[in-house]
Amino acid sequence: MVNLKINNIPVEVEEGATILEAARKAGVRIPTLCYLKDINAIGACRMCVVEVKGARSLCAACVYPVNEGMEVFTSTPKVLESRRTTLELILSDHNKSCLSCVRSGNCELQSLCNEYGVDQSRFTGATNNEPKDESTCYLVRDNTKCILCRRCVAACRNQQVAVIGPNARGFDTHIGCAFEMNLSDVPCVACGQCIVSCPTGALKEKEEIPAVEAALADPNKVVVVAPAPAVRAALGEEFGLPIGTNVEGKMVTAMRRLGFDKVFDVDFGADLTIMEEGTEFIERLTHGGKLPMITSCSPGWIKYCEHYYPDMLDNLSSCKSPMQMYGAVIKTYFAEKNGLDPRNIFVVGVMPCTAKKFEKGRDDENAAGVPDVDAVLTTRELARMIKNHGIMFTELPDSEFDAPLGMSTGAGVIFGATGGVMEAALRTVVEILEKKPLKKLDFDDVRGIEGVKEASYMVAGKKVNVAVASGLSNAKKVLDAVKNGEKDYHFIEIMCCPGGCVNGGGQPIQPASVRQDIDLRAARAKALYSQDAEMPMRKSHENPAVKELYDTYLEKPGSHKAHRILHTSYVRRGK
Amino acid sequence: MSKIKVSNVPFTGTPAQEQKLREALAELKEIPGGLMPALQKAQEIYGYLPIEVQKIVADVMDVSLEEVFGVVTFYAQFSLNPKGRYKIGVCLGTACYVKGSGDIFEAFKQQLGIDAGQCTEDGKFSLDATRCIGCCGLAPVLTVNEDVYGKLTTDDVAGIIAKYH
Repeated sequence: MVNLKINNIPVEVEEGATILEAARKAGVRIPTLCYLKDINAIGACRMCVVEVKGARSLCAACVYPVNEGMEVFTSTPKVLESRRTTLELILSDHNKSCLSCVRSGNCELQSLCNEYGVDQSRFTGATNNEPKDESTCYLVRDNTKCILCRRCVAACRNQQVAVIGPNARGFDTHIGCAFEMNLSDVPCVACGQCIVSCPTGALKEKEEIPAVEAALADPNKVVVVAPAPAVRAALGEEFGLPIGTNVEGKMVTAMRRLGFDKVFDVDFGADLTIMEEGTEFIERLTHGGKLPMITSCSPGWIKYCEHYYPDMLDNLSSCKSPMQMYGAVIKTYFAEKNGLDPRNIFVVGVMPCTAKKFEKGRDDENAAGVPDVDAVLTTRELARMIKNHGIMFTELPDSEFDAPLGMSTGAGVIFGATGGVMEAALRTVVEILEKKPLKKLDFDDVRGIEGVKEASYMVAGKKVNVAVASGLSNAKKVLDAVKNGEKDYHFIEIMCCPGGCVNGGGQPIQPASVRQDIDLRAARAKALYSQDAEMPMRKSHENPAVKELYDTYLEKPGSHKAHRILHTSYVRRGK
Repeated sequence: MSKIKVSNVPFTGTPAQEQKLREALAELKEIPGGLMPALQKAQEIYGYLPIEVQKIVADVMDVSLEEVFGVVTFYAQFSLNPKGRYKIGVCLGTACYVKGSGDIFEAFKQQLGIDAGQCTEDGKFSLDATRCIGCCGLAPVLTVNEDVYGKLTTDDVAGIIAKYH
């Protein structure tokens, strides 16, 4: 342990800790911009400078390691003046259109300028006026708001994708793609981890709110909405509720008040996914199909596999994602049952995800001859709509999803956290193969935020090896181990984003100062596991609405009709 | 901030060049920090670093194309543009500059339709600014390959270009 003083406050921290971490322990907040815990620590922006007794110049607290007896001062006039100048220099080349910026009120640069009383720049000179990159259907980059902190670059490299980086040098430095290509022309997987890492408004999702509002205003459209499991675990953050608050009831009420004709639940789609994917796995396991089978719920992961591991496409489950299954069922089963023309149904998914915006436009995702899903809103966009409609979210009463496609089980709920799909699948697969009810429904080995989790289970006299990976760097490790023959897995769950969907690129953005203290992945996942524990039904195959769907329409899991409606295909994309 | 202009000159690399590059990369990929020497070697072989070459480097060194491009565009020693058959170097050293070489440089840019560091699409002329080449008595001075021209005005530019056409 190392003893030091921060602003004369004695503090003891572990060796190798940074001044920033020691200060946090001493109850002192040091402002940061380029630093983001576990993602980026490069000491570049100079916001976190502090005075260290005996040091010649100011030190960057985010990367400076503590020493025994060190004396640190975090808010001397010299420090404050330096931080102010840093902000002024950043503002000298910043598009200060804060009034309408999507990150206004949740911008780390804006709050620091507010705190330090900086609103004009003393410095005028050249400014960049790079055009926006709006080439993809899921993301907008506006470099006029970029502060070159490189948090997005680090997040992208962390995902083993690394399609964005700093180009050129000095004043000309800008974040972009190789050979200045558009984002749509490089192997980006659409995960949006760059967006949730960005401290400013330089990155945001491509908004689909206008299309949804237009559908809601169209009397000829039946507008159906459903949220992904992870949305309820994070939406409350947009309205000041503590991280990890489950707001399912209020969310349903809010959606109804927005004017949606039906409020269903993608958790239903998740239960359906388990039926199809579980059946597919049993089929592959017992009839010598391609193993390991890998889950296909996460569109960022699917796009990654298509770009970077095209030789493993046969390992992917052919199941559509829960969102696409929900959309497909709405436009076939629900439409037929209610005598509706699928062309008059507008299906909206609310997702913790930006890759879902890409997924909805994929080929072979149109069971009724029209796209299964018409619009995808991120959790953030839903919050924006709720605010825009003057709905006082925190005061809303709880209400329940519409029947029957709003009916779900605990197995569907936990899809939103890493390991959740595996656990849900095991609950069903083990019961079907063992032909008797499980004694314990919790598969603790596959829970938790570790990047790679492994477990083996004896199922009907056969050893089944499973692995769970979240974050693409962990996915890469698992895939390489399979390819090299080091590991012999039967079933793998892969989620594109670290921690799974709860930490998706479409979720509310928490500033670095919050992420320093709270692991969003764990806090949000807890909300889902608590809900699962309290649910009367916790196994997908017990969902009565799913049973009815098979009995009256799809025949049985894996049937020809189920394949036509609920399964899809993949394409080799290459790097 | 402004976007980097990338060469339109068609790539004319040969299989022999690629083999040479791959041999060099095979050794360098094992060395930590091998990307810089890899790019230096690639530029030595091809004279510049077009996308076709950077893709090979990225692939073998197991880094993304953007990481390679980021390094290439950070260091002035690397060029995205080929050199022309006639390499024009206009001295922008102090003596030449005060004698008007800046204007001459601008005239070349205009008449060739390229920017500093670029090459004309037919691969004929490339244009660079140089530091003092040691003959200030002839200022303003420029070189075309080994030929030296001195005591110039902007009126001489068209004639010099015509001489090599």
